[in-house]
Amino acid sequence: MRLVVRAAEALGADQLIPITRAHVDSCLYHGEATIDFVERLVEGSAQVTVPTTLNVGALDLLHPELWRGDPRVAERGRLLMDHYRSLGCQPTYTCAPYQLAHARPGFGEQVAWAESNAIVFCNSVLGARTERYGDFTDIACAIAGRVPDAGLHRADARRAVLVLRLGPDIPAELLDDDALYPVLGIVLGRRAGSRVAVIDGLPHGLTEERLKAVGAAAASSGAVAMFHAVGSTPEAPTLDAALQGREPEEVATVRLAELRAARDELTTAGGGAPPGTPIGSVSLGTPHASLAELRAVERELAGARPGPGVELLVSTARSLLADAEEEGLAPRLRALGVELLVDTCSYIAPILRPTPLPAMTDSGKWAYYAPGNIGVEVVFGTLRECVRSAVEGRVWRDTDLWGLA
Amino acid sequence: MNGRVLARGVAGGRALVLDEPLSFWGGVDPETGAIIDARHPQLGASVKGRVLVLRSGRGSSSSSSVLAETVRAGCAPAAILLGEPDLILAVGAAVAEELYGVRLPIVQLGLAELAGIPDGASVSIGEDGEVRVS
Repeated sequence: MRLVVRAAEALGADQLIPITRAHVDSCLYHGEATIDFVERLVEGSAQVTVPTTLNVGALDLLHPELWRGDPRVAERGRLLMDHYRSLGCQPTYTCAPYQLAHARPGFGEQVAWAESNAIVFCNSVLGARTERYGDFTDIACAIAGRVPDAGLHRADARRAVLVLRLGPDIPAELLDDDALYPVLGIVLGRRAGSRVAVIDGLPHGLTEERLKAVGAAAASSGAVAMFHAVGSTPEAPTLDAALQGREPEEVATVRLAELRAARDELTTAGGGAPPGTPIGSVSLGTPHASLAELRAVERELAGARPGPGVELLVSTARSLLADAEEEGLAPRLRALGVELLVDTCSYIAPILRPTPLPAMTDSGKWAYYAPGNIGVEVVFGTLRECVRSAVEGRVWRDTDLWGLA
Repeated sequence: MNGRVLARGVAGGRALVLDEPLSFWGGVDPETGAIIDARHPQLGASVKGRVLVLRSGRGSSSSSSVLAETVRAGCAPAAILLGEPDLILAVGAAVAEELYGVRLPIVQLGLAELAGIPDGASVSIGEDGEVRVS
């Protein structure tokens, strides 16, 4: 409770309000400080007072043999995950709790969520309300069952103050392709910082997968906790609704050149990794893959297997893996040589087979953090490009959607 | 200058002025204090013992843990000066104080005040958010 009050002071709130759920990110091991903290809570017999899901941890508890790092670190990571379970949290171990039917808050529900991509999705796509909670605060709110009455818990803070218009030079085919969305997220994060922005000019009724890609990337390149997309997100049926009838602070146009530059920067491998560049691995499912995305991997493989020596790994939630096992999808993917990872992610844990060759991903977030976290060079592409590249063992590019190549 | 106290404490050190926001998670190695964000202009610089000057934190909600871990490992900045309030860093400092008895002051200043601090300048932070640059 002391931490919640401290948070209230930092946010300038004068009261606390009740929450219905929490999503806790503190279960990922970042060193002994994370253990020291939770052991205080365990010693004090603390328990969460609202239904609480857990974010990814350091290792895949269902497939621990995939860990390639120091076994002592794996043990500490497992201990931390176990400690959070003992506080009453559900062992969901996913960064995409919004993909679990039982964990999705409804429109307007007040919750305390951590994990930057989940925060953005919660506010933007579900219309539920959370501030940008981080480690320690998340579990403190879950135990207290209360949060500071501040920030995005309040309607006025959810108003867009920045309008991002998509320029007329962006081809219609690109607007209708998955390729655009993580890249647009990177641009959104850079432009918005921590402000709430509204994107105008996208097709209406965007899929949750596309909105997820925008949010995850925007929360990597910026401190975005909420965005609106006119015609797709629930608080933006119109531009005016997103602005709550007021004037924006800033109106900016995003042009094709800015998107192309952001796309190019996501690739760190030498020379921009032109088609034909050999790759060592492909990592998909950051944030954790939905069932639709797992099916898309199977569809794009079309019966082919990854090339010799190429690892094709997809991260997902353990409960979605269980669904995929039941419908036969997971066994079919494994039979084609796809590795399925749960409870963790391939850019926070030593999972990928060591290779001097670059890794390819369809995630703006993975591309953003993997070079620093696990020391790989990255090639960024769409899910289709990633899967075909895995099969060929070298970078394969789709027909050019981005104007002049 | 007087700023808004996000985490209380007294500290001093040489300023490390960051050209871009920084996420501690994925951005700082807590065992050394080195900046490891491959896209950050100050990649390779060390935050250890410095008064870190930055406009804002960024991205990941794991930065509270990583900041607390830098304190435990003895590689934390001496203080942090921000242009925006940052709950995630403030909580990291609060938990580090609770667990290890080390205070890492975090003070929010105006953007113009922040911009007036030269890299490498000697900066001291007082108990009530007083910031002196010499």
